[in-house]
Amino acid sequence: MTTGVDVREPVRFFLERFGLTDRTLEQIVGGAIARRADYADLYFEFRTVEALGLEDGIVKTASQHVSQGVGVRVVAGDKTGYAYSDDVTVDSLRVASRTAQAIAHEAGETRSVAVRPQRPAHDLYTLPHSPLDTPIADKVELLSRIDVAARRVDPRIKNVLASVAAEQKLVLIVGASGFVVGDVQPLVRLSVTCIAEEGGARQQGSYGGGGRTAFAFLLEQDRSLRFARTAAEQALRNLHAVAAPAGTMTVVLGPGWPGILLHEAIGHGLEGDFNRKKTSAFSELLGQQVASPLCTVVDDGTIANRRGSLNVDDEGTPTSRTVLIEKGVLRGYLQDRLNARLMGLPLTGNGRRESFAHIPMPRMTNTFMLAGESTPEDIIRSVDRGLYAAYFGGGQVDITSGKFVFSASEAYLIEGGRLTAPVKGATLIGHGPEVLKRISMVGNDLQLDEGIGTCGKDGQSVPVGVGLPTVRIDGLTVGGTTA
Amino acid sequence: MTPSLEEVAELLLTEAQRNGATAADVVVAEDETLEVGVRLGEVEKIKQARQKHLGLRAFVGDRSAITSSADFSREALVRLAADTCALARIIAPDPFAGLPAPAELARTQPELDLYDPDVAAVSAETAIEWARAGEQAALDADPRIRNSEGAQCSTSSDRIVYASTLGFRGTYRSSGVSLSVVPIATDNGSMQRDYWYSGQRSLARLDAPAAIGRRAAERTVRRLHARQVPTCDVPVVFDPETASTLVRHLAAAVSGYSLYKGASFLIGKLGERLAPDHVTVVDDGTRVGGLGSKPFDAEGLPTRRTVVVERGVLRSYLFDCYSARKLDARSTGNAARSVASPPSVSPTNLYLEAGTVSPDDIIRSVRRGLYVTELIGFGVNSVTGDYSRGAVGLWIENGELTYPVEEITIAGNLLRMFDGVDAVGNDLEFRHSVCAPTIKIARMTVAGT
Repeated sequence: MTTGVDVREPVRFFLERFGLTDRTLEQIVGGAIARRADYADLYFEFRTVEALGLEDGIVKTASQHVSQGVGVRVVAGDKTGYAYSDDVTVDSLRVASRTAQAIAHEAGETRSVAVRPQRPAHDLYTLPHSPLDTPIADKVELLSRIDVAARRVDPRIKNVLASVAAEQKLVLIVGASGFVVGDVQPLVRLSVTCIAEEGGARQQGSYGGGGRTAFAFLLEQDRSLRFARTAAEQALRNLHAVAAPAGTMTVVLGPGWPGILLHEAIGHGLEGDFNRKKTSAFSELLGQQVASPLCTVVDDGTIANRRGSLNVDDEGTPTSRTVLIEKGVLRGYLQDRLNARLMGLPLTGNGRRESFAHIPMPRMTNTFMLAGESTPEDIIRSVDRGLYAAYFGGGQVDITSGKFVFSASEAYLIEGGRLTAPVKGATLIGHGPEVLKRISMVGNDLQLDEGIGTCGKDGQSVPVGVGLPTVRIDGLTVGGTTA
Repeated sequence: MTPSLEEVAELLLTEAQRNGATAADVVVAEDETLEVGVRLGEVEKIKQARQKHLGLRAFVGDRSAITSSADFSREALVRLAADTCALARIIAPDPFAGLPAPAELARTQPELDLYDPDVAAVSAETAIEWARAGEQAALDADPRIRNSEGAQCSTSSDRIVYASTLGFRGTYRSSGVSLSVVPIATDNGSMQRDYWYSGQRSLARLDAPAAIGRRAAERTVRRLHARQVPTCDVPVVFDPETASTLVRHLAAAVSGYSLYKGASFLIGKLGERLAPDHVTVVDDGTRVGGLGSKPFDAEGLPTRRTVVVERGVLRSYLFDCYSARKLDARSTGNAARSVASPPSVSPTNLYLEAGTVSPDDIIRSVRRGLYVTELIGFGVNSVTGDYSRGAVGLWIENGELTYPVEEITIAGNLLRMFDGVDAVGNDLEFRHSVCAPTIKIARMTVAGT
């Protein structure tokens, strides 16, 4: 049956599984780093994902997926050669290495590289048991209890769709400088969607969370049942939501997941690749005021057990806490090796990839704004007429024009300093380099999200986190239907 | 000696049955891909790979589980079959689960021209040359194009084997080639990017690189100095690219899964008028060379032509076997799956049939309104049909395209939007598996300043 690999020593795990030795790694990585190449690395991955799904009151889908493979990369200047294979043998590694090397227009000139295993800089999610070790029966029971809890909220809840996924990903990264680093990355996620029905009208609500934790995390502090109730309440509330307003108005964002604002409005625009190529709306704004002085925004991959955290990024660089905006001034970019080298800027530990089949690029980890001094009550009270958005679906950004959207799935009108009617979902749209300048109040209630975010870029998906205190934005366009 | 895909499938079926499976099916796939990227004339990346993977679905009575792996060793396959059956035994029985009725299975496998051997023969050098030519054409098209996110050319060739304990054995090859160009235009403080793209199954159908580059340049330059417009209710014209996203929303709402889950705004609307007479939407899995064509679906049923909306009336939902059983209907041959997922419903080639009006005449019919060329965000609620997305486009005044607009949203409800399709263009092109011509919707809310 599915179990996590008990790995105290991921390096040894890979060597044994694929019949490799330190010597073969030295030959392969030494062979890849040809004379005219700047960098080369090998990325081995072994990943197991187990998922269960509930609908119509029963757990009726179960799946288990195992993937393994190796990616070989050779970098010369701003060129990247990449080859990958799910067949991990010394021969396939040599073939992949030669293919990747084609980019440097030369082959055969091997360098000698001595490999030296090292430990990741952080220890953010070592667990006594992999989430895969929790018996499936326990996971089935959790889903069944979620179904009961959601339906108990109200008889108008007609269907509950819930899924739980547990994952263990083992990676081994061998860099051209000879470092060898391994990591064991657990991940759990629970998602709940409720469908409510009343007099022929239907609505849905969704909620969830997780992290790089043991399965038990979902059971602590009533977490999973709270997710179920929250999804049910959101669906019920939406049944009586009024049409959202249309036009530019004052918007208050609630704490936590609305931090997706930062991810879309500024995070992507500060990724090194777009800034090196000068295709970002933030290109060459380093040191300039891009937000109100109330705003300090960081990207932090080192928070224990968070969904967006990593001990080392997917190029073997230790993750870190990077200040992106300090009191409104643009301070830093998010970097992978290639872009940091070409821009002459420090590594930040943001080189990430979806799998061995993908080339790393600069990506966010956990991106959030530090707390301010206002109370959330005062922020809402300060608005005579506007929109309060408490929860969001996805978002997207056009890096070059800087325009970004994010879609509210739970929102309320603010009238006379109080939250009044719930409004239907609506997309909010703004301009990244401008929107944070319009932040006039920042709450003292910073929250990180529950652990559900997945970021897509150039066809690659990676888990991320966001966070935000309550903030007031003086002017954002709300895409509703009533003028 | 590496076993063939067929041998792997047979072994898995036999092993599943030996472990107590009452039924099982297997998908085994292998593919070969090449991807090159060029930026400002220089090669930026070359990526090459060959991959194989397999997925096994096993039924133990009414219980089922699905597993996938890339490990083709005999020991791994034997263990996978045992694991899959053990996993199936743990979960709840579902009386609707199971393989298709044998009589429904495809008896013949039509030749649909999905594979072009020349695609696999494209070398990295050739792909680089095409990408360079595409990007260069964009850079040469206008002096305001001074930067670029680059051009990409990729090819893929794959073979899929599907086998089940019902005795079905099927295999087909398919190929794909695509070229995209993403220029950046700058002028007086304004910076914009747009793109153009061509993707086909054969080299002969691919647009010329220079034509793709010029089109990308034209789309990018016209976005310079875009601005917001005041909030208003106006007619909205969708270009073919953005109109196809509305057909996608329709596809999600007619999927048997959305219907039985209670998650579609089209529940109970079969036989009802959804749109004016000039709206006909067809799903056709048998189009020769089609990007969404296949000789049989993911459960071994023949693909077919299904009229979803006929002259404005909703005529058919789309089903696989499971969602059809849940709703007492029959599969429409729309089962799709990856090796790692159970079947679900997916359109094949789904398109809004061309009308008789030229896109220019559609624009000319609008006194004041919006021409949409790009949509961003996820603001579509498939349960209610409520629609609110970020938009980019050109403002229409007195029947003419005038200045570019951005940082606006368009909002409405899909039911009212389909009902309000005032005009359907004559410019349908099969550029994607889901496509549409230019359309005009009578009224939507544009939110801006």
